[in-house]
Amino acid sequence: MREYPASRGAAGDDMTSQLVLQEVAATELEESPATEKASRKWRRQAGGRRSMGMFLCIVPFMVLVFVFSYFPLYGWIYSLFDYRPALGLSGSEFVGLQWFELLVSSPTQVAQIGQVLLNTLAISFLGIATSVLPLIFAVFLNEVRAPWFRNSVQTLTTLPNFISWVLVYMIAFSLFSSSGLVNNILNDAGLITQPLKFLDTDQNVWLTMTLWGVWKGLGWGAIIYLAAIAGIDQSLYESAKIDGAGRFQLMRYITIPQLMPTYLVLLLLSVANLLNNGMEQYFVFQNAFNKETIQVLDLYVYNIGITGNSLSMATAIGMLKSVISVVLLLTVNWIAKRVRGQSIV
Amino acid sequence: MSNTTFGVRRRGGGDIIFAITNYSVFIALAFLCAYPFYFLIINSISANDVSALGQVRWLPVDVHLENYAQVLQLNGLPMAAIVSIARTAIGTLAAVLASAFLGFMFSQSKMWGRQFWYRFVIITMYFSAGLIPVFIVMKTLGLTNNFWVYVVPFIVQPFFIILVKTYVEAMPESLQEAAEMDGANILQIFFRIFLPNMTPILATVAIFSAVAQWNSFQDTLIYVTDQSLYTLQYLLYMFINQANSLAQAAQNSGGNLSGIITAATTQTPTSIRMTVSVLVVLPIIFIYPLFQRFFVKGIMLGAVKG
Repeated sequence: MREYPASRGAAGDDMTSQLVLQEVAATELEESPATEKASRKWRRQAGGRRSMGMFLCIVPFMVLVFVFSYFPLYGWIYSLFDYRPALGLSGSEFVGLQWFELLVSSPTQVAQIGQVLLNTLAISFLGIATSVLPLIFAVFLNEVRAPWFRNSVQTLTTLPNFISWVLVYMIAFSLFSSSGLVNNILNDAGLITQPLKFLDTDQNVWLTMTLWGVWKGLGWGAIIYLAAIAGIDQSLYESAKIDGAGRFQLMRYITIPQLMPTYLVLLLLSVANLLNNGMEQYFVFQNAFNKETIQVLDLYVYNIGITGNSLSMATAIGMLKSVISVVLLLTVNWIAKRVRGQSIV
Repeated sequence: MSNTTFGVRRRGGGDIIFAITNYSVFIALAFLCAYPFYFLIINSISANDVSALGQVRWLPVDVHLENYAQVLQLNGLPMAAIVSIARTAIGTLAAVLASAFLGFMFSQSKMWGRQFWYRFVIITMYFSAGLIPVFIVMKTLGLTNNFWVYVVPFIVQPFFIILVKTYVEAMPESLQEAAEMDGANILQIFFRIFLPNMTPILATVAIFSAVAQWNSFQDTLIYVTDQSLYTLQYLLYMFINQANSLAQAAQNSGGNLSGIITAATTQTPTSIRMTVSVLVVLPIIFIYPLFQRFFVKGIMLGAVKG
């Protein structure tokens, strides 16, 4: 006899829980003893109507999903035209794969897209390199015994996650512009005569962008690990202590290995998002000095598409980016399935 | 190990050094995260001639609230505040109701094509047609320069639906069975039985949605050129870049209003930037500590799904 799940297949793989549910439902129907044929038929018809009625309730929402997520895919066709909004698609010239050829043949275009890809990958890899920081943060915060201290640190360090990038830029501007706090302090201390340029410069842009990302995301990123630590079986620690393990050995041989599965999932997801840095952060920090090194793919698409008005070229690049991202995600998911026996999406 | 004697844990020298280092590092990190907010606040209430020179660092100087009164009269600011509040309220309400309903419906195994439609929604988290195609669709639908561009695209949100569905699936089945016995239809079951019992997860959804709505900047940038639809975030971005001319404008209008202009209350680029920033961040600072547990719950439930 099958074990009936107490709750309706929470978590777990939806496909399997769904299958189990259907089987359970079928068994129940078949085995229910006191039903006449007619009443069963009536019930099934009513059930069918009911099931369709339920679907009709969600149709308006499915239309929204279609319009905002699926229908725009049709817009990829703009990449085959020299699209001018004033002329409409029918009035625009069909140019075939011209934009894609331009991407790999025109030397200026190749140089530009090469720099953009370099920025994108550099910032993504720096992001991946720093993705271990929230884990370390959690492991060490867990060593703090006073709950009030732990909670205060958590509250204060997660706050930056909830402000917009505009506000982060505002903070960066107040602290690091030529008339900002840091330059004022250095100046008052007599350490500098000319203000240091932290923002209006093309130096270390990848690094500063990564650091702002860390500032914003460190505390929040640690929460998931703190919860995972709370879930570690305490007997592991106790038996290790009996074997004479010290604080750092407990971290090294128990806590960190126990957190690895969570870390790997997040790591794989960030690999899948290699090309998706988003544009907001880079848009607000962008200026005439750092434009060359701050332009990541998402920002580049915005800059040439909306600001520069080459809609077709921007569509072509965006399309390539989307396709590569989906392929990356599927690959990473396949790897995860082979390694962990469980998919990540 | 020698620091356990007769079952009493004694702190060795190494432990104390570790604890001091550990606490110090966390105090430093907390300071780095909190001080910028404090800096904005003290600068927005200090004498403007002092703050303009960057001399307000630890404590406010000659506290006054004149900046808030003057900044609120800046051209466009009251309207932007209304737009930001409206999009947050309406957008959150719509997202919460839709997520509650869809999360509930997708837990109904009897629904026609449930699995297919659920995947139809969830899969949209993993691809995007790209900026330009979406922009053209918005334009075609008449959503550019339209308030509803802040609401309609955010009604169906896969992540929220996963949260609600997971929650509903953990509720006892008897709830629904009893209602079905009484002959209630699916909408009655949703509104009368499930909606009132979902509040904890809906609070989580609401708080995530509200923060995202309040902080949203990109949609104004891409879809809106009409100044009456600017949000506070967008206005702040503009203020950072144009604070000089704004200070002039505020001086002119402020002079007419109060009649007294002193160096301490004359608007400067710094005072305007700081004051508007505080207006933008204050709701978050107040709301966040109160609702922190909901945020944490949300991320944990989301993590279960991976």
